[in-house]
Amino acid sequence: MDDATRPILEIDKLSISFFTRLREIPAVMDFSAKVFPGEALGLVGESGCGKSTVALGVMQDLGTNGRIVGGSIRFKGRDLGQMSQAELRQIRGSQIAMIYQEPMASLNPAMRIGRQLVEVPMIHEGVSETEAWARALEVVSDVRLPDPERILRSYPHQLSGGQQQRIVIAMALMSKPALLILDEPTTALDVTVEAAVVDLVKDLGKKYGTSMLFISHNLGLVLETCDRICVMYSGEAVERGSIEDVFDRMRHPYTQALFRSIPLPGADKTAKPLVAIPGNFPLPHERPPGCNFGPRCDYFVKGRCDARDIPMLPVEGDERHESRCIRFDEIDWAAEPQGITAKGKTRPGEPVLRIESLRKYYETAANALFGSGETKVVKANEDIGFEARESETLAIVGESGCGKSTFAKVLLGLETASGGKIVLDNREIQDTAINKRDTQTVADVQMVFQNPFDTLNPSMTVGRQIMRALEVFGVGNGDAERRERMLTLLDLVKLPRAFAERMPRQLSGGQKQRVGIARAFAGGARIVVADEPVSALDVSVQAAVTDLLMEIQREQKTTLLFISHDLSIVRYLADRVLVMYLGHVVEIGTTDQVFAPPYHPYTEALLSAVPIADTRVEKKHIVLEGEIPSAMNPPPGCPFQTRCRWKSHVPGNKCETELPPFRTLGDGHHALCWLTDEQLATMEPVIKVAAE
Amino acid sequence: MLRFIAGRILTMLLTALCLTFVVFFLTNLGPNLEKVAKSEIGVRISDAEVESWLARNGYAQPVLVRYGEWLGVLPGWTGEAADGTPTGRCVAQDQSLEEADRFCGILQGDWGYSTVFRAPVSEIIARSLALTGKLMFWVMAVMVPGALLLGVLAGMREGSRLDRSLSTFAITTTATPEYVSGVVFIAVFASTAVGLRWFNGSATSAMEDITFVNFTLPVMTIALYGMGYIARMTRASMAEVMTAQYIRTARLKGVRFRDIVLRHALRNALIAPFTVIMLQFPWLLNGVVIVETLFNYKGFGWTLVQAAGNNDIELLLGVSVVSVFVVLVTQLISDIGYVYLNPRIRIS
Amino acid sequence: MDALTWTGSLGTVLNPLLWVSVALLLLAVAGQVLASLLPAPQMRPRPDGTLVATTGLRGLADTAGRFALLALLAVLLAYIVAGALMPYGSAGIVGAVARRFAPVWISLALVFALSIHFRRRLGLFGRLFDSTIGMIGFGLVLFWVFTALYFTAFGWIATHDPLSQLSGMKNVLPGEPVAMAPEGAWPHYLLGGDNLARDVFSRMVAGSAIVVLIAPLATLFAFMVGITLGLPAAYFGGRLDQILSFLANLVLAFPVILLFYLLVTPEIVQTGIPSFMAMVLFVFPILFLAVLLDSRYRTDRRKRWPILAVTLAVTGWLYLSLVSQPGTPVNFLHPDVDLFNIPGGILIVFVSVVFVNSPTVFRIGRGLALDLATRDYVAAAQTRGERPWYIMLWEMLPNARGPLIVDFCLRIGYTTILLGTLGFFGLGLPPESPDWGTTINDGRRFLSIYPHAAIVPALALLSLVLGLNLLADGLREESLKD
Repeated sequence: MDDATRPILEIDKLSISFFTRLREIPAVMDFSAKVFPGEALGLVGESGCGKSTVALGVMQDLGTNGRIVGGSIRFKGRDLGQMSQAELRQIRGSQIAMIYQEPMASLNPAMRIGRQLVEVPMIHEGVSETEAWARALEVVSDVRLPDPERILRSYPHQLSGGQQQRIVIAMALMSKPALLILDEPTTALDVTVEAAVVDLVKDLGKKYGTSMLFISHNLGLVLETCDRICVMYSGEAVERGSIEDVFDRMRHPYTQALFRSIPLPGADKTAKPLVAIPGNFPLPHERPPGCNFGPRCDYFVKGRCDARDIPMLPVEGDERHESRCIRFDEIDWAAEPQGITAKGKTRPGEPVLRIESLRKYYETAANALFGSGETKVVKANEDIGFEARESETLAIVGESGCGKSTFAKVLLGLETASGGKIVLDNREIQDTAINKRDTQTVADVQMVFQNPFDTLNPSMTVGRQIMRALEVFGVGNGDAERRERMLTLLDLVKLPRAFAERMPRQLSGGQKQRVGIARAFAGGARIVVADEPVSALDVSVQAAVTDLLMEIQREQKTTLLFISHDLSIVRYLADRVLVMYLGHVVEIGTTDQVFAPPYHPYTEALLSAVPIADTRVEKKHIVLEGEIPSAMNPPPGCPFQTRCRWKSHVPGNKCETELPPFRTLGDGHHALCWLTDEQLATMEPVIKVAAE
Repeated sequence: MLRFIAGRILTMLLTALCLTFVVFFLTNLGPNLEKVAKSEIGVRISDAEVESWLARNGYAQPVLVRYGEWLGVLPGWTGEAADGTPTGRCVAQDQSLEEADRFCGILQGDWGYSTVFRAPVSEIIARSLALTGKLMFWVMAVMVPGALLLGVLAGMREGSRLDRSLSTFAITTTATPEYVSGVVFIAVFASTAVGLRWFNGSATSAMEDITFVNFTLPVMTIALYGMGYIARMTRASMAEVMTAQYIRTARLKGVRFRDIVLRHALRNALIAPFTVIMLQFPWLLNGVVIVETLFNYKGFGWTLVQAAGNNDIELLLGVSVVSVFVVLVTQLISDIGYVYLNPRIRIS
Repeated sequence: MDALTWTGSLGTVLNPLLWVSVALLLLAVAGQVLASLLPAPQMRPRPDGTLVATTGLRGLADTAGRFALLALLAVLLAYIVAGALMPYGSAGIVGAVARRFAPVWISLALVFALSIHFRRRLGLFGRLFDSTIGMIGFGLVLFWVFTALYFTAFGWIATHDPLSQLSGMKNVLPGEPVAMAPEGAWPHYLLGGDNLARDVFSRMVAGSAIVVLIAPLATLFAFMVGITLGLPAAYFGGRLDQILSFLANLVLAFPVILLFYLLVTPEIVQTGIPSFMAMVLFVFPILFLAVLLDSRYRTDRRKRWPILAVTLAVTGWLYLSLVSQPGTPVNFLHPDVDLFNIPGGILIVFVSVVFVNSPTVFRIGRGLALDLATRDYVAAAQTRGERPWYIMLWEMLPNARGPLIVDFCLRIGYTTILLGTLGFFGLGLPPESPDWGTTINDGRRFLSIYPHAAIVPALALLSLVLGLNLLADGLREESLKD
């Protein structure tokens, strides 16, 4: 047998457990997978499903209380579990390399980049420092970083997040490993940066002929990078096969439910809403008998699914396609989901909020105690203007640093504006800080926060926190009345009333986010700012929370300002979209207008960067070069000119000298651009859905 | 960087000014001055006599003015003694006003005259500082390497037996103040009751000639208390670094455990203890005072006790200035060292 | 009456056992330390799911260590139980002392039995009993708390009056019978006599009462001051933060001992400076309490003012009684309404200890608040228009309680050391005071001939501070395990 047909990595019936003082916690059970040379295997699942544990198991680095309790991991035919520490050290870094989620944390802050890179070949191949340095230079230019000499001499904190991740990739490639493990390598990065890194990983995989184990929770990313996929649920592989088989002919209910809960093109909040997976992820020590997905499965049959452990069963006709479902032959996979009723479309009402050329500048002093020093001005918001109507969902889209959070702060009154107007019901509130606003105004404009683990006070019961909001908003007379109101709010967000007495740590992420929504609506809010309310949640929970938010909005006729970087979900739920870049509104229009040409060049790049988990979708490939400029030192002229691929189409150097006009492209569709109508008309759609 | 240091030095000077003023104010309160007057001309004098003595010796001026004089930024007071000869802050015996300097304060190097030791303050402080310097040198030589080693070994594998044993030892030493460990050491190693008599219970002879026998106990007494604290800091910092992602990166790069500890972890782990060691100085001064009193070693701490106990204002002021200065300089070094050790701060 | 030996007839049986178990324990610990220097252990899962390292030297050392520790504890327990049961004198000094502490042993046993039984329902306190270190620390602290309590409340445990001098008992060794003992008096000086012929044992017990009362109280006040200033410094930042931090650093740059020497002198007490400092420092607890309640009931018009009025009246009266002191410049309250007076010496000691501790607490509180201020639930409170003090005291402070409680324990220990330092230099407290620092100071003059007079209070202080440190360590470990 030659090398090409023998798997690089062969995991066979692997079981990994963690041991605590109280009990054994099985993290991975009966997991098998093969990776062939040059192949990329995607490992997909929600948090806590054991996918990262598999990676650490391959590295044989499970910490003091983790242990492989069954099965084997073979690398190039050798069992990793039988190797001594010295043998493992030989393999780590040279044969198997790993790339992690947090690039900043995985680089040593006190060592120069160069030292960290040259270490790898020096340990494994015993090469001299000069030779290692030369190789480092080569690899750093391979990961498309400018000025490799300078990069090698800098410290990690001097680089941006995207550059750091490229360095981590470079470090992994220093010894040309046979297998590369990527553990959520782009989760901490912005969409456009993510797209560039993914692009790089794909190219390098080809160039170096490296096999890859790509771990992600994002199906779209796996589609773009991998050849084969393995879906995990609660410690087990539930389905594996080639990308096409699993994406288009899935044979496990969990895989199907997962695809139904993510917003793909074509999903629509009124006509074809998302289907959330009911129930919660089982705790590792409270897994049900039989099929782990059983209690949440639409096709569950008592007595069969929960009778005994379920093995992986091959799917006839497909190559290496297996499913952990004993009923997959009996299920009609083409049927539409049951019990989904299309909801009536809501009509936006009167305008309630008007923003006019809003500006927010911060001053940061260099040295505050002695002398003023030079003060630097951060231009967080520059000329923002729009109008929002009753019952309307307006999405605000942009990457980190675009000023969307600052805008939210000014709107809520946590900061006052430096210029411009915020008009709420014909009252100007831009200069009124929150403590000066009357109770009604405060109750009218509320917010839902991003991080579910941070949004509730950990040392107060859920009920008490909602009650406090009611007290502050002056709702109800006396505690009894407020208590009753608090319980109805829990009903509203579909949480059991018993949750009132619980502490936040007893709740799951999605439940906490529901409490956060209840709290925001406690005073009958009319404008709710939702700052990435679901981005920190698991895919299956996202749909449920999103739908809840939509439903409450529909009932209460709330104006929802939905801040997000995820264009898929924006497309699904927004009525209108506003795209921000470096403190400017670069494009605004209805969802259909923004998602179809003509685009603003930035919107075009953003759309291309979003990974979509649909094999029918064809995307135009646009990779943004360079970094987002600092808001302290914005470029002259158009804010996007440093990265714009259309810049050469504009005569003269107007882009670099003059701020473009905010021009009209259609009814209510505006963009900040110098391109002429003719040039805009030549733009092609970024996303094309192939005809079925 | 220069800007940062300049800022720190400016803050330090302001702090020093405030602190010396507080000390000056507290030592020059009415009752203290009254005591000085009485000790100079007799206990049984009337209030009026006290008043006139104070007035004649320049003590009747406002505190701020006298602080200025003492500092050397205001001209020293002048007056006339009872017999008509000119007197003044800067006027020595048999000196006319013209010959005398206008300013004589700390800044001019004139630290005053000790009433207890009958010698210039600067001389006493210089001598006692030299003695304490020797003590501190040995304390640091024992304490810092010991503590760092202890901490790194314990924090290297958190939760191991080695860690538990060393941590318990470190906790015990932090719970043993110098006056407890000193007493126990003397009782065990130097008393007739136990009879070991390995070391001397007094360090007086070490002022001339340091030997193992007469210096071990005082050095160990100070070093132990500080050692536990620094060791715990080092351990915590080391343990935190060892769980950091970049240590895992290094491990999965195939770096050996020894190299991980020495090359990847140590520098990051020593940032926190370094500042702690420097900030230990105010506490070490505490230990020095206790130990020098207990072992009768006539260094800086002993001088402080003598000055405070005998209401020797000039000497106490001098001692305070020096100790405040030492504390502030170590703080400055700590700040700068922190920035130097931590590349993340150095650039921005 | 004969002199008592250390262990009496108990010793013949128990002393060899004691030495053996101590030697075994030391050996086992050394073995464990050596073993952990070797490469990572082979862990083996047990049927109940926990992991245990079983192989080689390490496993052996672990088992030996556990048994040696148990044996040592059993021997110590035997000393106490046998001493308490055997007739007076036959169990020597150890037996007699163990018997004097009988109420403390009983209380300790009760508290431990109840706590261990209900530990799953007691939250963090209950989890303390999962950690050996924490339990030992808690036991040591509780031992001194009960001793102080029973001595102050009932006069138990001490055998003699801590201040009375009996003729012929000057510097006597432990176990010496009292010469010409008056009728009904305790027949021995259990731990000997000091150089003024007072009973060392009784002075140690009486000293615990002073320390156990002042140290926690002073620490509590320091926490009130430090937190009331630290939270707003972090929350508001800017100029306020700069000024407060500068002041805190000012105090921190002062060598503690110098500060004590400047502050705690009779001359300074005469000028009234400590009384004025007390006036300032003691305002903070009132401020803290008033702001705490007011921010909570701001929205409730019916409750807000009554609650505030009652709080201010009660604490205000306490405050005025506390600061108003006859014989000092601050004396304005009529004796009939002045609830209590604190002797000048104690007050100045108290004030200076609070003063020295507050800046450190300020820095800790400020650091914690800086971290907590970035949390979303703080932002959520801001967006619903909560006032700054509500956010600081009700949203942030409860979430800082873990580190604060740990530091509180540590700081009581540190305060105890500071009190001892003051006593050691004869500052503040009256010279005949039985507190541990003063007793050590008294005893150290004859240290090389009669060490017992200084050693006894020194070990007492050591055990209390060690207990507090171990307790803090146990609490920290357990609170991190969530």
